[in-house]
Amino acid sequence: MLSIKNLQVGLEEEDKQILKGVDLEIGAGEVHAIMGPNGSGKSTMSYVLSGKSGYVVTDGSATLNGEDLLDMEPEERAAAGLFLAFQYPVEIPGVGNMTFLRTAVNAQRKARGEDELTAGEFLKEVRAKAKSLKIDADMLKRPVNVGFSGGEKKRNEILQMAMLSPKMCILDETDSGLDVDAMKLVAEGVNALRSEGRSFLVITHYQRLLDHIKPDVVHIMANGRIIKSGGPELALEVENNGYADLLAEVA
Amino acid sequence: MANVQEKYDVAEALIGASTPSGGAIWAVAARETALANLRQMGAPHRRDEYWKYTNPTSLTAVDPLAADLFHTTEVRPFEMLDRIKLVFVDGIFDAAQSDDLSVDGVEIELLSDAMAKDIHWASSLYGVLEARGQSPVARPLAALNTVQAVQGFAIRVTGKAAKAISMVYLRGSETGDAMVHHVIKLEQGADLTLTENGPLAARANTVMEVEVADNAAFHHVRSQGRDHQRRAATHIFTQLGQESSFKSFTLTVNGRLTRNEAVIEFLGDNAHATVAGACAGDGDFLHDDTIFITHDAVNCESRQVFKKVLRNGATGIFQGKILVKAGAQKTDGYQLSKALLLDDDSNFMAKPELEIYADDVACSHGSTCGEIDDDAMFYLTSRGIPFKIAQDMLTLAFLHEALEEIENPVIAEDMGARLSDWMERRTG
Repeated sequence: MLSIKNLQVGLEEEDKQILKGVDLEIGAGEVHAIMGPNGSGKSTMSYVLSGKSGYVVTDGSATLNGEDLLDMEPEERAAAGLFLAFQYPVEIPGVGNMTFLRTAVNAQRKARGEDELTAGEFLKEVRAKAKSLKIDADMLKRPVNVGFSGGEKKRNEILQMAMLSPKMCILDETDSGLDVDAMKLVAEGVNALRSEGRSFLVITHYQRLLDHIKPDVVHIMANGRIIKSGGPELALEVENNGYADLLAEVA
Repeated sequence: MANVQEKYDVAEALIGASTPSGGAIWAVAARETALANLRQMGAPHRRDEYWKYTNPTSLTAVDPLAADLFHTTEVRPFEMLDRIKLVFVDGIFDAAQSDDLSVDGVEIELLSDAMAKDIHWASSLYGVLEARGQSPVARPLAALNTVQAVQGFAIRVTGKAAKAISMVYLRGSETGDAMVHHVIKLEQGADLTLTENGPLAARANTVMEVEVADNAAFHHVRSQGRDHQRRAATHIFTQLGQESSFKSFTLTVNGRLTRNEAVIEFLGDNAHATVAGACAGDGDFLHDDTIFITHDAVNCESRQVFKKVLRNGATGIFQGKILVKAGAQKTDGYQLSKALLLDDDSNFMAKPELEIYADDVACSHGSTCGEIDDDAMFYLTSRGIPFKIAQDMLTLAFLHEALEEIENPVIAEDMGARLSDWMERRTG
């Protein structure tokens, strides 16, 4: 599904290398988690994969089902099946949540050569999916993320993910700023989307999210590299001992 | 100074020989007052404080430049309203294309008919509000209009108007000036929606004097013509009574030069005024909103909300002033002017002014000038929305704040759709 080889990335505006050779293979239907100390490059990786500007790829490659991601515009990556659930979803005053969702869904369908959803079809689908995420009609009508609580913003991200049916989902600290119940709700939303043809990359600081979204593989990222990979037990190790031991191990 | 003499020479050239004669004594007097004022002020000049950003030369040239006629098969704005339509062609009222001048709760009369009558309510408004509005800031083109205009309507509203009144300003000629002058009086408790659309002429000069009596409400929505080379100088003068409401919104897309002035005076307590506008300009486009609001009563609220989208070297100007006189306590004055520059070639100049002589007031102003937010663009495109569509969505979202000032949601939606179409035509 997602294949990252020796990915090296720096900042556009200053001479600073963030990713220093990341290798990652995620197979179809797998759930991988990335943990790591602050500043290790986790969020940068999610941004670079989804096409945010401000970064320069100096070496390496990233492909989604064989397609070169790094060569595409963000909207092309989305149409190819990539989705990033933002750590800080952006507030967009003046754009209605429904309009936004429908435009996105139909733009992707169009890009893939599929028929666009009619207003009726769209409404039916969005209502059903919103309901399971406890998103009420008022939230759908409001401008995108404006006046949403932290939990509402994250649920809105999962709603978008559900509506867009991506193949590769990256969740960037989706658990940050969520209380226990909200985290559970979000995790349920993610679990409902798990399928053979859909893979996940879950970026998190805390093992707790991984109790709800069970990963197949856990990676530890530090200083722009993946320094260790293992099973779910690796997350527990981090939770109990912190990163110090792992960092010392590699050093 | 050379430029001083030039102001007076230009004014004389504009006055020319075309000053109408005859009419009732009050009408003659109003024109004479305006003429004297104009001779004293001179024509607008680039060195005048309020013409610093907009070069008035093309508005004061004796012969206006031609402007290509704009053709479209689109439905005109305000067609969906329950209204009567008053059509002007090249600035001349065309009765054949217009509806009967009959609306319950409203008396509508041609300005020229009203001005021929010795006793007429319009005598307390025609040229009177305009003359009041000449101080402290001179508005010579409005005075010129009072001197020369013969076209327009005298409208008196005595109750809730059963229908809206729509002025439709069509063009048949590529060249020429047009002047229209409306006087509108809303009696106590009256309610009227007035719309205007179209370019009027290659060069238009309009004046609207509106008296809104106690508890009356005036709604004004305007869509200025899409003719690319047209020029316009518009003026609204209004006086507001107690608990009255005045709301004016202007949509402007295209036009080479547009100067929209509004002079609003609160005379009764607890009244409300909103003057708002959304404009979108591409290329050879200059749009200037010049607003003067005087609070001379207690507990009145005024709102100015202007949004401009500019690209390819288009220029936007905002000069907005709130004057709070001594004693005008509990005034709430809000002023917002924002421009979205879609490229580095476009310009926005804003001059917000507050002059306050009362101590218990809340006045705020905000002027910003920016480009499309990168984070919002990334968010939208990362969801698969193509770049151009995302850009249009955010541009429309930017204008939304001004559209929200339109009270009638059907009109607001129509105005939004027109802006959206404008963007679609430009981004293909």
